[in-house]
Amino acid sequence: MTEEREFGFETRAVHAGQRPDPYTGASTTPIYQTAGFVFEDTESASAYFNLQEYGNIYSRIMNPTVAAFEERVANLENGVGGVAFASGLAAQAAVFFLLLEPGDRIAVAKALYGGSTAQLNHLARKLQIEVDWVDIDDPDGWRSAVTEETKALFAETIANPGGNVLDLEAAAAVAHEVGSPLIVDNTFATPYLCRPIDWGADIVVHSATKFIAGNGTTIAGVVVDSGRFDWSNGRFPAVADPSAAYHGLRFHETFGVYGLLMKLRAETLRDLGSSLAPFNAFLLLLGLETLTVRMDKHVASALAVAEWLREQPGVEAVRHPALPDSPYKPLVDKYLPLGAGSVFSFDLDSGREGGRRFIEALSLWSHIANVGDTKSLVIHPASTTHHQLSDDELHASGVAPGTVRLSVGLENVDDLLWDLEQALRAASSVTVIA
Amino acid sequence: MSDFQDPETIRRLIVNARTIAVVGLSGNELRPSHFVGYYLKRHGYEVIPVNPREERILGERSYPSLADVPVPIDVVNVFRDPAAVPEIAREAVAAEAGALWLQFGVISDEGTRIARDGDLDVVMDRCMKVEHARYLGQMHWLGFNTGAISGRR
Repeated sequence: MTEEREFGFETRAVHAGQRPDPYTGASTTPIYQTAGFVFEDTESASAYFNLQEYGNIYSRIMNPTVAAFEERVANLENGVGGVAFASGLAAQAAVFFLLLEPGDRIAVAKALYGGSTAQLNHLARKLQIEVDWVDIDDPDGWRSAVTEETKALFAETIANPGGNVLDLEAAAAVAHEVGSPLIVDNTFATPYLCRPIDWGADIVVHSATKFIAGNGTTIAGVVVDSGRFDWSNGRFPAVADPSAAYHGLRFHETFGVYGLLMKLRAETLRDLGSSLAPFNAFLLLLGLETLTVRMDKHVASALAVAEWLREQPGVEAVRHPALPDSPYKPLVDKYLPLGAGSVFSFDLDSGREGGRRFIEALSLWSHIANVGDTKSLVIHPASTTHHQLSDDELHASGVAPGTVRLSVGLENVDDLLWDLEQALRAASSVTVIA
Repeated sequence: MSDFQDPETIRRLIVNARTIAVVGLSGNELRPSHFVGYYLKRHGYEVIPVNPREERILGERSYPSLADVPVPIDVVNVFRDPAAVPEIAREAVAAEAGALWLQFGVISDEGTRIARDGDLDVVMDRCMKVEHARYLGQMHWLGFNTGAISGRR
């Protein structure tokens, strides 16, 4: 037996969750493209259904290829386990659906991906919960938002698109004072750049579509649990109380640190059905194997682009949290020492029309509503995702008419700057005419 | 605490143990102890219930105390209040058991000291079902982090 060893992140990104197939010796995780699994005997079948034994039943609930991905992400995030979903929004919706009861409140960072804001507003109507929006840049923001009814705090490590960096320890402290979990969307940082669980977060969610998949091939999400939160503190009957679906089983008491994830899989995923396909899990496993080398390059190129943009005429502001004069630089130094990702935004001084011209003039960067790809991507919110808003409404949502969001890919940096330079010229010609 | 969660000890006990006396094994099939007892029996261990309030559990005869168990005990697996652990540890030493294994939340400094002084292996605040599933079972099929890293078949 070899000596117990704490393997490094890069090693675990390549190996965790995967076992060379004992039957065939296949070194890559097989794609178990099957809906169901044949039971050994009736006793085994009933043990699986009663959760007395870890066994495969049906790919809506579990699948060995998907499980290898779940274990790898959980390992990299320093969690006790993971449950994968068909998308990032499906993953976080499942967590909200599991934890929140009618009348509960959830405190949520105002600086948030627009899709998450829309989802929370929708869930608030359907689940009869209240959302309290928090200014995370205000040191008292969380504390003034939480009440006895607040059952969860939710924020992104690095906000999309504003680049606001979450003070994880401060948010976790407020969450635990009221006896509620801190849920962190770690999509923009990835576990390579930041592990929120190490700083007190209780649950981590990802859109694995982004840097985890890496190549823009796959829509996917995952939930990772720290295993540390006390779900039996009297505030979470959904996890602690007897479950009618399992003859009165108390998930937290019976499964301990694994209770939340067992519940999330055996009830929430089972009933919502938003499961990840095995082939998609296979692509995500490949993505994680190269996560570390890709992120180093993403981070370096993004910072180079941000520094270059600051010097260009026609650029009013660059919001990259790792720039020396960014208000988030101290938080980046603390929580994101390897870098603050590769998605950031900047403002053109030529407004809405300048933004449109800028996008139209780019030839290498793709105009696309995604981030975290090997290819460099760009979007102009005022003419796309936020086009129905007036200039005043835009400003209220933290976006200026000339704001452009970049996701810096893995191309040659000089090629990226060349394309940006000619597009900036096209954008500023608008101001002259105007 | 980590003294009593040594992966090598845990793995050795799981691989080598044959008889496991489960102190506080409940006859109620929804209780955690019943989940663990059922699982261990299913995986081939001889599970010996120790519970004075039951005649038979999991189809096996239940004994009032460790002293009444007529066969050598490899592991004493405890699902009791921490206050009961020192006495159980003394009984385990007297029965010449191989190890004292305290489940999640069963934490007793005095109990572990007594067992260790009696030359028993000691595991504390760990679940025998989870550790079996981690090293020998199929816990990874449900996406749990087993910590296993290996390139060998």
